[in-house]
Amino acid sequence: MKVALFATCLVDTLTPSVARATATLLQRLGHEVVVPPGQSCCGQMHVNTGYRREAVPIVANHVRAFAGAEAIVAPSGSCVASIHHQQAAVARRAGEHRLADEAEELAGRTYELSQFLVDVLGVTDVGAYYPHRVTYHPTCHSLRLLKVGDRPYQLLRAVRGLELVELPDAEQCCGFGGTFAVKNADTSTAMLTDKMANVLGTHAEVCTAGDASCLMHIGGGLSRLRAGTRTVHLAEILASTEEAVTPDQHTAPAVSA
Amino acid sequence: MTATVPPKAPTFLGLPTAPRGVGHLRGDQSFPDAARGALRDGQLRANLGHATSTIRGKRAKVVDELPDWAQLREAGRALKTATMARLDDHLEELERQVTARGGVVHWARDANEANEIVTRLVQATGTSEVVKVKSMATQEIGLNEALEAAGLDVFETDLAELIVQLGEDKPSHILVPAIHKNRAEIREIFARTIPGVDPDLTDDPRQLAMAARTHLRERFLRARVAVSGANFAVAETGTLTVVESEGNGRMCLTLPETLITVMGIEKVVPTWRDLEVFLQLLPRSSTGERMNPYTSTWAGVTPGDGPQEFHLVLLDNGRTAVLADEVGREALHCIRCSACLNVCPVYERAGGHSYGSVYPGPIGAVLSPMLTGVEDNASLPFASSLCGACYDVCPVAIDIPSILVHLRAEHVEAQERPTAEAVAFRGLAKVMSHPRLWHLAQRASRLGRLIARGRPTLPNALPPPVSGWTRSRDLPTPPKETFVESWVREHGS
Amino acid sequence: MSAREEVLSRVRQALGADRTAPEEVVRDYRLTDGRPAGDPALLELLVERVEDYRATVLRCAPAEVGATVRAALDQGLGSGWSAGDVVVAPGLAEDWRPAGCDVDDDRPAVQLADRAASVTAVAVAVAETGTLVLDGSPACGRRALSLLPDCLVCVVTADQVVGSVPEGLARLDPLRPLTMVSGPSATSDIELQRVEGVHGPRTLLVVLAG
Repeated sequence: MKVALFATCLVDTLTPSVARATATLLQRLGHEVVVPPGQSCCGQMHVNTGYRREAVPIVANHVRAFAGAEAIVAPSGSCVASIHHQQAAVARRAGEHRLADEAEELAGRTYELSQFLVDVLGVTDVGAYYPHRVTYHPTCHSLRLLKVGDRPYQLLRAVRGLELVELPDAEQCCGFGGTFAVKNADTSTAMLTDKMANVLGTHAEVCTAGDASCLMHIGGGLSRLRAGTRTVHLAEILASTEEAVTPDQHTAPAVSA
Repeated sequence: MTATVPPKAPTFLGLPTAPRGVGHLRGDQSFPDAARGALRDGQLRANLGHATSTIRGKRAKVVDELPDWAQLREAGRALKTATMARLDDHLEELERQVTARGGVVHWARDANEANEIVTRLVQATGTSEVVKVKSMATQEIGLNEALEAAGLDVFETDLAELIVQLGEDKPSHILVPAIHKNRAEIREIFARTIPGVDPDLTDDPRQLAMAARTHLRERFLRARVAVSGANFAVAETGTLTVVESEGNGRMCLTLPETLITVMGIEKVVPTWRDLEVFLQLLPRSSTGERMNPYTSTWAGVTPGDGPQEFHLVLLDNGRTAVLADEVGREALHCIRCSACLNVCPVYERAGGHSYGSVYPGPIGAVLSPMLTGVEDNASLPFASSLCGACYDVCPVAIDIPSILVHLRAEHVEAQERPTAEAVAFRGLAKVMSHPRLWHLAQRASRLGRLIARGRPTLPNALPPPVSGWTRSRDLPTPPKETFVESWVREHGS
Repeated sequence: MSAREEVLSRVRQALGADRTAPEEVVRDYRLTDGRPAGDPALLELLVERVEDYRATVLRCAPAEVGATVRAALDQGLGSGWSAGDVVVAPGLAEDWRPAGCDVDDDRPAVQLADRAASVTAVAVAVAETGTLVLDGSPACGRRALSLLPDCLVCVVTADQVVGSVPEGLARLDPLRPLTMVSGPSATSDIELQRVEGVHGPRTLLVVLAG
């Protein structure tokens, strides 16, 4: 299958290794990966901060960039949820009905990584090797808007060498919430503190999730505390193999090319 | 987000909102400012964490027990939607039926008018004491203050409301107004304020409940006027409903000669049969019980049984303004179960008082700004991480996150002069909708590498608004190359 | 414009001139429990659910209600009670009443607070939620009767026991003053932990006949 990769603005700019790992994984599974160069952002941050009118041209750019793609995959539950639940609505509200129809149609072909792997490709064992103690945080939009359910767990359980430990109060939000983390920084930090306490309580080496944004939040907090636990995106774990894993992978996980 | 309060009488979508200067829908601080203090109150955090996790567990257990919960929830949503679409007809029918059964119906445009009506009705009975059943509507309009200003003594009879009243405190939860107090604090309030209380009173919840029973018993028996709210009012029969636990509601609804019920206009349901849905949804969502201990229903006046004078006050106070908002009107479907508060990670940490309104938590963050006009509660729609837990548990499926996002836009679009934030977001939107500009901006973000000076993270001290992040979290140093750049370099575009 | 007219006109303005027809309400939830009223399994369920509220259920044959009511009063009041402690609903079946007990009349309601216990019938019982409904009929008595005495004994007959809330409500007259009772009075106001016994009767005893 020919898969168009939507890196998302945050991953592309700040954690490109997550998009790289997604591409590597899909290629290893025998699929052709294309990266439309015109991509930028889904528009979620604008919509969720109150700039829904301003989000319309961003949506238009996204639709333009991915026009004609057979399947679109993003390593972010939150961005995919925005594509599914917000893009067409903001376009329609602005009277851009053609754009809304196009966005709706594109959303039908857009998948979050774990859903794409399990539902579309029908794989749970992606041949990964990751010899670490890992806990999984089910991010809110993956969990509640996309309803990815236990798909990430299915994928993680099939990774050789990986010890999966349950995260207490896993379904509680980490406190990121986009601009919430800045506008309500104190409340957000209180939520983050409880999330970190639960993560640290598992004594996992790695906290993983399907959203780079939430991981940047949790990871930013853990890093500030100089905690040993690091955050690694689900795509990076699934991309790791015996040939390419290194013991100290940190910001740049080793993946097979 | 620095809302300047316009001087003219507030409206929302062209309809009058709840007036200023009366009632409890507006706080005197923004949410972030109020939360800052609450977050540092370790006792409050412990009390809320304990109470909300207890009730979350109970609710989940009794909801899972019903095989048709999803169907009930969908029926509840559809019933409320259908009711709102014909709200005027249902209200007129309710008025006809209540009147036909010996009740008197009053209409109140807003809090001031409702307070005047109730005060006048109480004064007409010649008594100076009023017993009250816990009611959100009367909290909303500040009825107690209005009655007290008229020289009347008001006694809250719900245990939690009593705790709040005796402690000269404010309610912080829809169902359990004293949720922010633990048993030891409640014991202290009772020991200090209840005359003649047993000096050996312990903090055992049973003993505390018994102290309240003793304290209020005489008042119930001598009360001549009671004020209540209503959970539901059935239009086709004129049947009012109060759902409660302690029996204080029954005391107030049964013993006095006069009963005055204040009810928001959105509480009407078309038919008796509709209660078969709501009486299953409400208790399980609210207290996590299969059924609450007592539900009372009455239609007008029944000779020889209960109050022989019944007044129903139908309250607008901004509700029609909410109804005018096609996205936000769903908030009127709320049956005040408080399940959304109990699952909300923001509520659990910041507490109910941070919202500044009698309606706290997720539902309050949408309802209060619409009742008052968004600019009078502009920080509330932003007091959410949009995690969506509230929507999942709402028994009538109110899409609270979508309404929050909608109200954020209403606030942004209401600003007459562009804020710094708006300038930034508009600029960013332009950049993000033009790939060439976007790639330039991504390159510019690498300036961060200069200030990081080789470290993996940026410095902690950065100017606002980034400081909101970096005060408590590290920000990674931007990489040398974006993913798209490196891909294009390797594969061509 | 009167407040009434103004509120109604605001509602109409809010809904707009071209308001859409109300959507169809689909009632595909369980309308019945599937078991007929009085089914033995429903009686079992009712007992379990009522006891879960920390109320007491005494089961008996239809002919033994009178004796079982007395046994219930023994439990609720202690064996030393006298007939004068107990007030019953005026329409309660003669052979269910303790001999010589007080029968409610048109005395001021607050005087019922002087009695230690009351005995009433019910209109319907819902097994799934452990709910008894009193409807103000002569057998159930006025509302104050089941409220003021600290111990309440309710007699339920098997044919009154239905499975679900919809079946229960369908049997009731919404024009009567109804009281739905699910266990003794209780509160969850302190740390959201349930404590039985506040302003309403602190003791609830159910006599289930059949």
